[in-house]
Amino acid sequence: MSYAKKGDWVQISRIVLPPGKRAPQVPEETQRVPLKKMVKGFLLQDAEKGDKVTIRTVIGREIKGKLKMKNPVYPHDFGEPVPELLPIGREIWEIIGRESKKK
Amino acid sequence: MNNKKTDYNSVMNRKGEIIKAALDLDYDQFELPGISFDYDSMMEKAGYSLEEVIKIQSQTNVGNTPMIEPDNINLLVKKLSKSGYGAKILIKDEAVNPSGSFKDRRASVSVYHAKKLGYEGVIAATSGNYGAAVASQANKRGLKCIIVQETYDSRGFGQPEIVEKGRACEAYGAEVHQLTVGPELFYVFLLLLEETGYFNASLYTPFGVAGIETLGYEVAMDVKNKYGKFPEAVVITHAGGGNVTGTTRGLLKADANDTKIIAASVDLTGLHMASDLDFNRKSFTTGHTGFGFPFATWPDRADVPRNAARALRYMDRYVTVTQGEVFYATEMLAQLEGIERGPAGNISLAAAVNIAQEMQEDNIIVVQETEYTGAGKHPTAQLTFAKKIGVEIYRGDPKENIPGKKIVIPEHPSQIRVKEVDLDRIRKSYIRNTLKNYNIKPQDLTEQDIDFLAEETNTNIKYIKDLLKEFEN
Repeated sequence: MSYAKKGDWVQISRIVLPPGKRAPQVPEETQRVPLKKMVKGFLLQDAEKGDKVTIRTVIGREIKGKLKMKNPVYPHDFGEPVPELLPIGREIWEIIGRESKKK
Repeated sequence: MNNKKTDYNSVMNRKGEIIKAALDLDYDQFELPGISFDYDSMMEKAGYSLEEVIKIQSQTNVGNTPMIEPDNINLLVKKLSKSGYGAKILIKDEAVNPSGSFKDRRASVSVYHAKKLGYEGVIAATSGNYGAAVASQANKRGLKCIIVQETYDSRGFGQPEIVEKGRACEAYGAEVHQLTVGPELFYVFLLLLEETGYFNASLYTPFGVAGIETLGYEVAMDVKNKYGKFPEAVVITHAGGGNVTGTTRGLLKADANDTKIIAASVDLTGLHMASDLDFNRKSFTTGHTGFGFPFATWPDRADVPRNAARALRYMDRYVTVTQGEVFYATEMLAQLEGIERGPAGNISLAAAVNIAQEMQEDNIIVVQETEYTGAGKHPTAQLTFAKKIGVEIYRGDPKENIPGKKIVIPEHPSQIRVKEVDLDRIRKSYIRNTLKNYNIKPQDLTEQDIDFLAEETNTNIKYIKDLLKEFEN
């Protein structure tokens, strides 16, 4: 059983510029790391993680890269409740005075 | 397939020809001798008229957004103002555009133009709302879309707001190329343009900027029709310059000649935009000084030969606000008006809450945009992320704010205080960049060049001549 099958929705990754070959104007901390690119699409062959693969994107173009993951998740969310924000509503209503709305 | 070399230097050297093919617009026709070019002619000949833009946008449901009167916020502002002061704030609710921001106005004309010229698809390099806008408009016109965005640091951590914008682009069926930090995104962008032959839906073309003119025009007419006069001031979030440029041009087309144009950016000074370490230390990915300052002092750093967004020509005043103040304003809009919107769209609202207190009570000040909110694009998402990477967050005086280190949420709305940006310094920096980039001495500038510099900086010939003396020798 391979990690991902032909037709799976996957994310691939490619090193565009290796460390040390970055544009001259980038600061040192950026110069030390590669410029990487990630794209998603449908896998065109069964493959393991890290294999060189080809994907077909949603607009039908074929792109090559190393298999990073299948079914890539959207990691962002609404985060945790923020105690520094929670009291603000009550505070500003106190300044206005809710009674001023009763008119 | 062609046999052209695809290494970094070879592609960057072909920049001119790639951009020309991807825009089908000859910028040389607008060039004048010396440092100058004919901006008005470029906007007139290469752009679209206001009437044409209105028609294009009506075909894709863009524009004609509501102008909201936030009466509870205005009650609060009155409480904070001395007697006779506290201007009425109005908010143009741009979040109700198809993809959730004013960027649809910009994208609508670019995509229309690409379609008219016969391109199969459009590409935009953007980590902002513009990506979703281009993807959304491309769908309506039946074009394919590729978005290139700067998303992750080298450890693979994505700024939540940008991750959300990537998701939105994918939701609209775009092919999204997500990169780690670095200005070489432009190289990837050029390669894609060359490989696909798609249109460069740049933010900075005359057609893109013409698309924003309807926003300024609507602001002027909404206020005039309801309140019988033009607004005294409009606050406009400033980053790359298109919002300030397009909105002001639209106001002028409505003859709102006396309306004061106030640009506002979130203060992120000290954070390096190309730094892998600083990248995720910001809670705002647009509307900040990291774009606002460089684009005001050198607009032609854009992905087109001559940038149509030239904010310094139009701004009367430029202020900054802190991240904490904008989060507070976002909370204010939700808690007082029942309107939940994305924080980056509330930069100008934070500024307006303070500026309204300096203005007389019969004045009107317009906040000319809002943006959609959602996972990632939300104060709780941003502040949770900021806490995780070690940014200190507390209630206090926003004066203590240090970009990338401290986010200070005001304890009281009276602590929201804009910081003035010295426009003379920005102008001086613009002149310095001009002399450096053209490798020209002040004494070699022609009268035409000096006229041009006066227009570029919204000043006059005497001002420029005096300033140039400082650069002589």
